[in-house]
Amino acid sequence: MSLPAKPSSSRTAEAIAACRVDPAAAAVELVDVSFNYDVRPILTGITMTIPRGKIVAIMGASGSGKTTILRLIGGQLRPKSGQVRVGGLSVPDLEPEALYELRRKFGMLFQFGALFTDMSVFENIAFPMREHTELPEELIRDLVLMKLHAVGLRGAAHLMPAELSGGMARRVALARAIALDPMLVMYDEPFAGLDPISLGVVGQLIRRLNDVLSITSVVVTHDVYESLKIVDYLYFVSGGRIVASGTPEEVRASGDPFVRQFIDGAADGPVPFHYPAPVYREELFADVG
Amino acid sequence: MSAELTAGVAQVLRRIGGTVTGAVSKLGFVSRFLLAVLWHTPGAFRRMHLTLREIYFAGVLSLVIILMSGLFVGMVLSLQGYETLKRYGAGEQLGILVALSLVRELGPVMSGLLFASRAGSAMTAEIGLMKTTEQLAAMEMMAVDPLARVVAPRFWGGVISMPLLAALFSAFGIFGGYIVGVPLIGIDAGAFWGQMKAGVDFWPDVTNGIIKSFVFGVAVSLIAVFEGYDAKPTAEGVSSATTRTVVMSSLAILALDFVMTVFMFRGASVV
Repeated sequence: MSLPAKPSSSRTAEAIAACRVDPAAAAVELVDVSFNYDVRPILTGITMTIPRGKIVAIMGASGSGKTTILRLIGGQLRPKSGQVRVGGLSVPDLEPEALYELRRKFGMLFQFGALFTDMSVFENIAFPMREHTELPEELIRDLVLMKLHAVGLRGAAHLMPAELSGGMARRVALARAIALDPMLVMYDEPFAGLDPISLGVVGQLIRRLNDVLSITSVVVTHDVYESLKIVDYLYFVSGGRIVASGTPEEVRASGDPFVRQFIDGAADGPVPFHYPAPVYREELFADVG
Repeated sequence: MSAELTAGVAQVLRRIGGTVTGAVSKLGFVSRFLLAVLWHTPGAFRRMHLTLREIYFAGVLSLVIILMSGLFVGMVLSLQGYETLKRYGAGEQLGILVALSLVRELGPVMSGLLFASRAGSAMTAEIGLMKTTEQLAAMEMMAVDPLARVVAPRFWGGVISMPLLAALFSAFGIFGGYIVGVPLIGIDAGAFWGQMKAGVDFWPDVTNGIIKSFVFGVAVSLIAVFEGYDAKPTAEGVSSATTRTVVMSSLAILALDFVMTVFMFRGASVV
């Protein structure tokens, strides 16, 4: 983890002005984005548009660079080349204060919730409100209960994160992500490790909250069936490149080998079963002495 | 010079260069980290409840081990010291020996070592686990700087706790010394306390002990929060960071103690 570029998160008028989003611009735009970790290329020439009010899924195998895209959108990483724009603002060009200001308009659900383990469910959801607003405690209480009610966990307000099941923790994290009514919510593997009932509940919540709150959602996942039920558009990422995209109907009807392998869950195909290795026969008979 | 030898020398030089560059780079990162923590200091004190909570975790919860250790160290010091002093017919000087040893050296150093193992390791593990479970990343994405919310209050909680713990260690050590010296060995209580009062000065003895414990508090707290923040986000990474905190804090305390002792008590030792 690196240090913030400038050790300050104070709110200034310049920062607020610098991150005023353009209401006519797409919620998120990536134009020819490439990213490396040291010399290892992670993303190459990624171009995608996420319109306002829609749910867009970014799908791909583990290690294909999906989460890196979220980190680029959130400004936690800077692209090697290309443009990352949120509401028309170029995220990599924002000053640290403006970036923090922009992040107040984001909500993010991490893969395993990332709930603060030393705080109760109630305190977790109240956290962003207390950090960023001057609301009286009575109002914060009401807002927290409303958010918890929206995810069906008002009765769990007093529990600690360790007392929650995986599905409940994900729902609490979802309530925390929408605590400040964000314009954009990013979901990092929201369905990972959930039982079928929790999976359906979380999927429906993502759709319902997106529509009711008029937000934009970016869902990074490899769960094809659940995604096809709830999203408006899908991008498939493999080897750091976008290899296919389309609406759920287009994806279902697609003959693209990668999309078919993904939907059918085939072990081998464009995404090979074997990690690159020398010829099997040659390696078995190689002289190891 | 053969090609293999040249390649071997080049490899050794590359390795040394890499190690030196890595060390300098880490030193620079630690310095920037410290500056960032100091930058957030006003915030840590403005939201005092966060710092008070850390004083409770680092200080109050370390009390048992600090007080018990202080008591036993004082008792052993009294027994061993009396045996030596008796040879020179100076058994009545036990009070001054116990008090000076504790206030000048043993109090700050022992409580620093115990603080590093008890509170320093806990700070590193907590911050490291917060990083591993993406809690710090979640804070960043909520536009909350983890350095301000998590690191600075823990750093200052440690810095404030350390001199208080060292003072309590010394106080309980002196009490332990009294228990062994007066009721058990039979030294006159008036002589014990009187010699102590006459031989221990607030300046330089007590003050220098406080300065030492403050410096140890800064060193241990900085190492602890840095190692947690810089830990690799894996179980092994947190475990290594916790171990490094205890090892590096202990070495830092002993090295800093020597340097400070040279400057603080140079005049006294010559006399």
